[in-house]
Amino acid sequence: MKISREDVLRVADLAYLDLGEAELETYRAQIDEILEYIGKLNELDTSKVEPMAQVLADDQTADATLREDLVVPCAVADDVLEHAPDPEPPYFRVPKVIER
Amino acid sequence: MTSMKTIGEVREAIAAKKASAREIAAEHYKRIAARNPEINAFLTLCEKRAYAQADRVDAMVAAGKPLPPLAGVPLAIKDTISTRGVRTTCSSKILDNYIPPYDATAVVRLEAAGAVILGKTNCDEFAMGSSTENSAYGPVKNPVALDRVPGGSSGGSAAAVAADLAVAALGTDTGGSIRQPGAMCGLPAMMGSYGRVSRYGLIAFASSLDRIGPFAHNVADVAKVLQIIAGRDPNDSTSTTAPVEDYAAGLAKPVKGMKIGIPKEYFGAGMDAGVREKVEAGIALLRKLGCELMDIHLPHTDYAIATYYIIATAEASSNLARYDGVRFGPRVEGDSLIATYRKTRGAGFGPEVKRRIVLGTYVLSAGYYDAYYLKGQKVRSLIAQDFREAFQKVDVIVTPTSPVPAFKLGERVNDPLQMYLADIYTVTGSLAGLPGISVPCGKIGGKLPVGLQVFGPAFGEARVLQLAHAFEQAGGASL
Repeated sequence: MKISREDVLRVADLAYLDLGEAELETYRAQIDEILEYIGKLNELDTSKVEPMAQVLADDQTADATLREDLVVPCAVADDVLEHAPDPEPPYFRVPKVIER
Repeated sequence: MTSMKTIGEVREAIAAKKASAREIAAEHYKRIAARNPEINAFLTLCEKRAYAQADRVDAMVAAGKPLPPLAGVPLAIKDTISTRGVRTTCSSKILDNYIPPYDATAVVRLEAAGAVILGKTNCDEFAMGSSTENSAYGPVKNPVALDRVPGGSSGGSAAAVAADLAVAALGTDTGGSIRQPGAMCGLPAMMGSYGRVSRYGLIAFASSLDRIGPFAHNVADVAKVLQIIAGRDPNDSTSTTAPVEDYAAGLAKPVKGMKIGIPKEYFGAGMDAGVREKVEAGIALLRKLGCELMDIHLPHTDYAIATYYIIATAEASSNLARYDGVRFGPRVEGDSLIATYRKTRGAGFGPEVKRRIVLGTYVLSAGYYDAYYLKGQKVRSLIAQDFREAFQKVDVIVTPTSPVPAFKLGERVNDPLQMYLADIYTVTGSLAGLPGISVPCGKIGGKLPVGLQVFGPAFGEARVLQLAHAFEQAGGASL
């Protein structure tokens, strides 16, 4: 077994994801099978291989295309707040996070 | 009204005043009203916006102004692509009521070219799937066989075009999500190179893999739509400054002597016999066209699915962290902020998305990062290297698009790994950042479409389109 019930709970906790009891076991079993399959990567010796951290070639990377850091107007705040679950313009309201 | 299947037909009808852009849009809404309840391709329609745009086109005609390249052409847009003021759900309950405050760059460019956007199409939730059965709003049915899936994740876009509810559509491709539904619905469908089309406004699933690209009824129309959306966008730092070729101009060039690599690894076990027969007939047709076929090796192909499901889920776990019930989407209140996040996410995401968030978080977590994520990134280098070496010897690479034709609805939903393996021939090009098209390559039993996939080197879109066009013109679809 590659992944335990405790692992799934720990990871779901990191991802702030509530999982029901039935989901937990279903995902554990399915992810276990996927990790088993992913294990085939260990057949490859990659000790001398560089990780592919970006897709574009060197002359096409962000370095070559960085723009000037200009201030441009962005007038979407009202639209954004209008569709928020609990807006109090210009803020988003959330449950209390500070205990007094 | 005639079928109006192509961009050329629509523009001609409008220019000759045989039909107005408004009438053409209305005709498509009529078709949608008739067919959509059955196939579920569209989630949201934007009639007001479409008719306003159609009226602008009709005003140009009335004023005798030159018509832009997509004047009056009815399009469908996948629901992972932002449209200002038009509900955009990613087929997820967590974005059930989301109204984007801005348009994706691709959408801006299409409308500037005269296109009429009809509405937003169904897909797998956050583009995670290969059958469009992972939508929170019900599956899409394949118009060519209603008991079967249209492929995925851009199944709604593929089905909309296949059923003549739109002339062309945008989809998004992360591991095959444009090419595979294109193959299963019998349409040409293309992703350009990574960086060719701006991702600005594309709601992120896996940022190093996601690409926007077109579906249409023929390769020339795919080329026309790609031409409009391709090119540098200051709002996406990964969109490149590499010059955009004139795709239409290159289409008719002869393909005689073009060197085509056929990778042995794409013809192994697991391929449906009917798919094999059609793809082999397709390769024979390419030989008849005077192309020079060569056997090549892409030795790391067998590791691509494993690599993809590390990298894509890792990026997804990070990208989907933003859905927390604070700024958009429905919120499920908890007794603390953290509890609100947890409940909102637990209730808002569907099973495949949760599965991928858990897997992606796991492969990035302390103690597993090196064994999984870093390993995946290294094997990704090897897969990209395979292609670079192959393109030293050949101009393009030809493979099947999918190992199987459209499968029955419900057949694979309970087995995620089997579902993932449907992408076995498409994920390689996604990982390597290459352009790829699926072009129709006959129908099994005269009914189920098969796709032939063409990969080119990075920014070799013109060459890919050229070969696909020649194949189509030589009768590839009716093999």
